[in-house]
Amino acid sequence: MHTAAHAMLFLLPQTTGYIFPNEAEMPWSLLIVVYPYLTGLVAGAFILASLVKVFNVKELQPVYRLSLLTALAFLLIAPLPLLLHLGHPERSYEIFLTPNLTSAMAMFGFVYAWYLMVVLLLEIWFTYRRELIVWSQGERTVMKVVYRVLSLFSVDTSEESAAFDRKAIKVITIVGIPSAFLLHGYVGFIFGSVKANPWWSSVLMPIVFLFSAIVSGIALVTFLYMVLTTLRRERINMACLDKMASFLFYAVILDFSLEFLDFIHRLYESEESIKILSELVMNRLFFSLGVIQVLLGMFVPLGIMVLIRVLRLDEELRKLLYFVAVILIQLGIFATRWNVVIGGQMFSKSFRGLMEYKAKIGGMDGFLMTLVLLVLPFIVLTVLIKVLPPWDRPESVAR
Amino acid sequence: MTGFFKRLPEAVVRVGIVFLLFITTVSFARWMIPASLKNGREHRTATVKRETAKAIHYAGADACTECHKEINAVKTEGYHRNLSCETCHGAAKNHAEDPDVKAVTDKVREACTRCHMYDPSRPTGFPQINPVVHNPRKQCVECHKPHSPKPPHVPQECQACHGQIARTKEVSPHVDLPCTTCHTVDVRHKVSPREVRAQIPSDRSFCAKCHSADSPMKETQKVDFKTHGEKYLCWQCHYPHMPELHTYGTTTLR
Amino acid sequence: MERRRFVKKSLTLLAEAGVLGGMVAAANKSARAEPKGYDASKHYYGMGIQIDKCIGCGKCVEACKEENNVPRDVAHFRTWVERYVIEQDGGVVVERVDPGSSGSHEPIPNENTVRTFFVPKLCNQCDNPPCVQVCPVGATFKTEDGVILVDADRCIGCRYCIQACPYGARYLNPLTDTADKCTFCYHRITKGLLPACVEVCPTQARIFGDIDSPASPLARFRRMNKLHVLKPSLNTEPKVQYADLDGEVR
Repeated sequence: MHTAAHAMLFLLPQTTGYIFPNEAEMPWSLLIVVYPYLTGLVAGAFILASLVKVFNVKELQPVYRLSLLTALAFLLIAPLPLLLHLGHPERSYEIFLTPNLTSAMAMFGFVYAWYLMVVLLLEIWFTYRRELIVWSQGERTVMKVVYRVLSLFSVDTSEESAAFDRKAIKVITIVGIPSAFLLHGYVGFIFGSVKANPWWSSVLMPIVFLFSAIVSGIALVTFLYMVLTTLRRERINMACLDKMASFLFYAVILDFSLEFLDFIHRLYESEESIKILSELVMNRLFFSLGVIQVLLGMFVPLGIMVLIRVLRLDEELRKLLYFVAVILIQLGIFATRWNVVIGGQMFSKSFRGLMEYKAKIGGMDGFLMTLVLLVLPFIVLTVLIKVLPPWDRPESVAR
Repeated sequence: MTGFFKRLPEAVVRVGIVFLLFITTVSFARWMIPASLKNGREHRTATVKRETAKAIHYAGADACTECHKEINAVKTEGYHRNLSCETCHGAAKNHAEDPDVKAVTDKVREACTRCHMYDPSRPTGFPQINPVVHNPRKQCVECHKPHSPKPPHVPQECQACHGQIARTKEVSPHVDLPCTTCHTVDVRHKVSPREVRAQIPSDRSFCAKCHSADSPMKETQKVDFKTHGEKYLCWQCHYPHMPELHTYGTTTLR
Repeated sequence: MERRRFVKKSLTLLAEAGVLGGMVAAANKSARAEPKGYDASKHYYGMGIQIDKCIGCGKCVEACKEENNVPRDVAHFRTWVERYVIEQDGGVVVERVDPGSSGSHEPIPNENTVRTFFVPKLCNQCDNPPCVQVCPVGATFKTEDGVILVDADRCIGCRYCIQACPYGARYLNPLTDTADKCTFCYHRITKGLLPACVEVCPTQARIFGDIDSPASPLARFRRMNKLHVLKPSLNTEPKVQYADLDGEVR
């Protein structure tokens, strides 16, 4: 799996300075960039959904179900890059069978399972339960069976059951918010707890990961809402869109503040690693960090949203600018993951050398595979939307 | 009891059943899985077993002396006494087990210059030569027997190991001074260089013998020892083997 | 009547217990993994490296690759040697010593060099190992005698341990797709031999033995030298200790 391709990988990179010989081969590839990107979207989409149910932000009701389905679609695909990256994916069950209790990576497997089953699936089920019963009555053969199974053969469509569903959803969401925080904060902890790597090792890492996840999740749902509503030839609910953009705006400000704090803190403390890390940022990450993550991924979208507010632009212009902003944000957050994962491996632990990452086009951790992995969740989402439409269907029971 | 269940919302019952099924399946699976897959201690024991069963390629010096007693006796008298046989002869476990399989013996110059070529990062006093000028057309083993590598003729004493220092001194004002002028050294230093060290002068008055204003020496530079760098040892600033140079920039010219 | 039955029953029970106990003991004995006569609880291994003795010949690197079937390329090492050149202006140049190429390359030190020396490096067999802490499946662990091993049958190749090692001692073995590293030649030391690198070192720059035994080759080393470890601030408690280690070494 790794022989000749990797042989080329470590002969090609341009190394400056001194690196430990075993660092010639970069252990974590593009796949490990995709993974936190996908789980981040999960957490962010769920947080958006929770805003409706727990904080009663009525304007966001149109995207509530869409957020949940988005979270599920991305959560299902997220383990894929991990499996592909393992040297022995066929042994991956060992993480659940004999986990090392001191390993953040092992414990995260359980956090993931918990979140998937106890939070997300449960919430989606309670949200759709009554509709599933109604739909199963309306459909024929295959879909009828599918809906019956999905509803777990439930038959109660009474008002009490509906009230209970609403209460259950609220409870699950309340539990779900810290779970979502834990989900992506944990990914941040997996990096932040590695004392060997000064680029990763930081108390702020889980927090920064979490907030950039929230940013990317809200942006994604905004994007999906705009695209899907347009495809359905429906009118975009501007109140909803503006509200999402508003939350996005505050989330980006928070995210930027945290990353800026980390930056200032590092510069001020000026620890031993500051020299090589400064070289890393200036010589290797200038484009991906300075231009894409900060400028295009944060400043420009922030500027757009400020402009929209200050100039009170009209609906058509707002939609266009929101669309541009959320795409830039996605690029920016992907670049953030890149800068953490790949950036953290581009300098030597000897603090005296820098490497380069030569991405491949093909192969397990190549550019094409990344594209596939980024497209797959949308395909899953399409299936989910077909089976569990998030929009109001005429025959669905009014909530 | 059944009343409680009847009062539970139907949804909860459904979900509860699913969870129970899940937990049952997981528990059953865990119970079914053989201990060998689950038990951490067994894994570690198995790993230790696998590791210790790995093939050995280097026999170790003791294995060689079992058969090669005479050559070992020669080696223990010479400068290579602390080298393991396999350092030069390569991995010899196969040979130790089956003497018909010959051990590798490299007699080319590179085998010796590997260690003895001059490299400034090598510790001072380690015998080093410049392979370009040191008998370039001969094999090392022609003059130096590897098991007791005494040089063929008596070397110019200190210079044999302290070549770089000697070469530096040769183009310095101290060129006419033999090493023993400043360094007192026991003859055993040639045999156990690290254990028996050469001495250096203990204070300024030594250099004053030649360099103070009232010294009888004619050709030396003179300086007033009362004012010049008092409290310091002369060689803290002046490199004795090249006294015009101050001490920095002399690295390996120790 | 009951008493006889009771005695009979308890005797049978005892006999069965004895048989069972014997079987368990026999099973445990055969489950002993170390070579015959080796008692892991009587050893706790460490290594001492004397910087001032290393001549940078690289024989240790070659011997290790030969002994442990390490890939012969330049990206996988269980042990390696670094050359440090410290300049007058404080600049430090480090390069990896490549045994095969000595003779064909200009030594870096020049007239501006203030200090220059070789530093052999290997897995430090830490007592507080970050690699063991982060392994998700517990494939890497510390043995009773202090050596960190990797279970190649359980390793899933996630490379977290490679990220967690501050010393760059670990690599992914391209043949097995599992993590790999120096094991102090565990298969040798449990049979009373020395690790391959220690065996072939011509100047005894590497010393191997029990850390806690007063009768070990390390005893004098630990008494007579000021000892340093790599990256002490990371609290990994390495068991490879350096004498005369320069402050510029990372």
